[in-house]
Amino acid sequence: MTERMSNREGLKGMANPTRYGLERVAYWLQRLSGLGLLAYLIGHIYETSSIVNGKVAWDKMLELTQTTQGHLILTLVIGMCVYHTANGIRVMLGQGGIGVGKPGQPEYPYKAASLNYKQRLCIWVSIALAALAMMYGMAVLFGD
Amino acid sequence: MAVETISKTPEVSLPISSDSITLRISRFNPKNDLSPIFAEFKVPIQKWTTVLEAILFVKQNLDHSVAVRYSCRQASCGSCGMRINGKPALACYTKISELNSNIVTVEPMHNFPIIRDLAVDFKQMFANHKKMKPYIIREDSEIASDTKEFLQTPEEVEKYLQFSYCIKCGLCNSACPTMATDESFIGPQGLAQAYRYVADNRDDGKKERLKIIDQSHGIWRCHFAGSCSHVCPKGVDPAMAIQLLRGYLLGFRK
Repeated sequence: MTERMSNREGLKGMANPTRYGLERVAYWLQRLSGLGLLAYLIGHIYETSSIVNGKVAWDKMLELTQTTQGHLILTLVIGMCVYHTANGIRVMLGQGGIGVGKPGQPEYPYKAASLNYKQRLCIWVSIALAALAMMYGMAVLFGD
Repeated sequence: MAVETISKTPEVSLPISSDSITLRISRFNPKNDLSPIFAEFKVPIQKWTTVLEAILFVKQNLDHSVAVRYSCRQASCGSCGMRINGKPALACYTKISELNSNIVTVEPMHNFPIIRDLAVDFKQMFANHKKMKPYIIREDSEIASDTKEFLQTPEEVEKYLQFSYCIKCGLCNSACPTMATDESFIGPQGLAQAYRYVADNRDDGKKERLKIIDQSHGIWRCHFAGSCSHVCPKGVDPAMAIQLLRGYLLGFRK
């Protein structure tokens, strides 16, 4: 009831990347890849901690990562890691006021200077780098 | 969401109009209703008809009880912000012909409590705006005797001018993903206004304002999604203001 009265969009609205252009998609991917990397970190700690249970337990755990599903997850982790890093650098520079344009007299149709082509280019480059890294990762993991 | 269809036809004779659209208006009175419903109306339109004009047509001819706030009808007062086909926009500034749809859905803006139907409560946004001390802070005054007005060069004016065009319509707060989940967040409107005064070289209140925004629900909750600037109808660009403002706290700016 409180949620309805405040009319807040909630998590559903925050996680909806479709309505506000490429920058919102970048924001959504950044959050999603952050959560994915956090999940991987927890899984990775669990995986490496199996070594304390002896060589057999460790080998058994390693076998899991050598499956097709394991390789697919690792490929996804590579993509998330590259995108999160590259886009994170863009966001950090932007948050320091670098590359967000200069204040000036707004003119119709009022295109926001902070949503400029440099920002958009960096977002596309981040996505492209992640895709390239994933392709390379797949070639290594699934190759001979 | 339930849909109530009202099949009233306009009883007035309409001038040179051949097109019509279905206007879906979200109806909700928090005092009586458990959830919003949509009422549908057939509204005649012309090339220049705005969403606000269509709503006013409904009020005049089909259902006068629809609650909507408006005033200037020219994107200056910031009263008629609402979600139009899912996106926050000013109803007076949005032409139906530009929406490319025969069905236009209007709903109250997200992240503001609903007063009734399309009218939302701006209390929190105005409180946050006031918290930013939206006035020039300095010890002397230009209105005291034996003083002159504070002169500024065009370059000095340009540093804050665009941010002073904010009409407090609330569209930026409605689009912001942080506002969607954090009810204590100052919001892009308030933060952009903080920058407007911090960047003004007549002002001496920078330290005070930076202290107000440098808190857990303040400027650090902005993640530069840019949605605020995407929907701003006046070119204020709150996302830029927030990033430039953060530059002061991070030491990139003096």
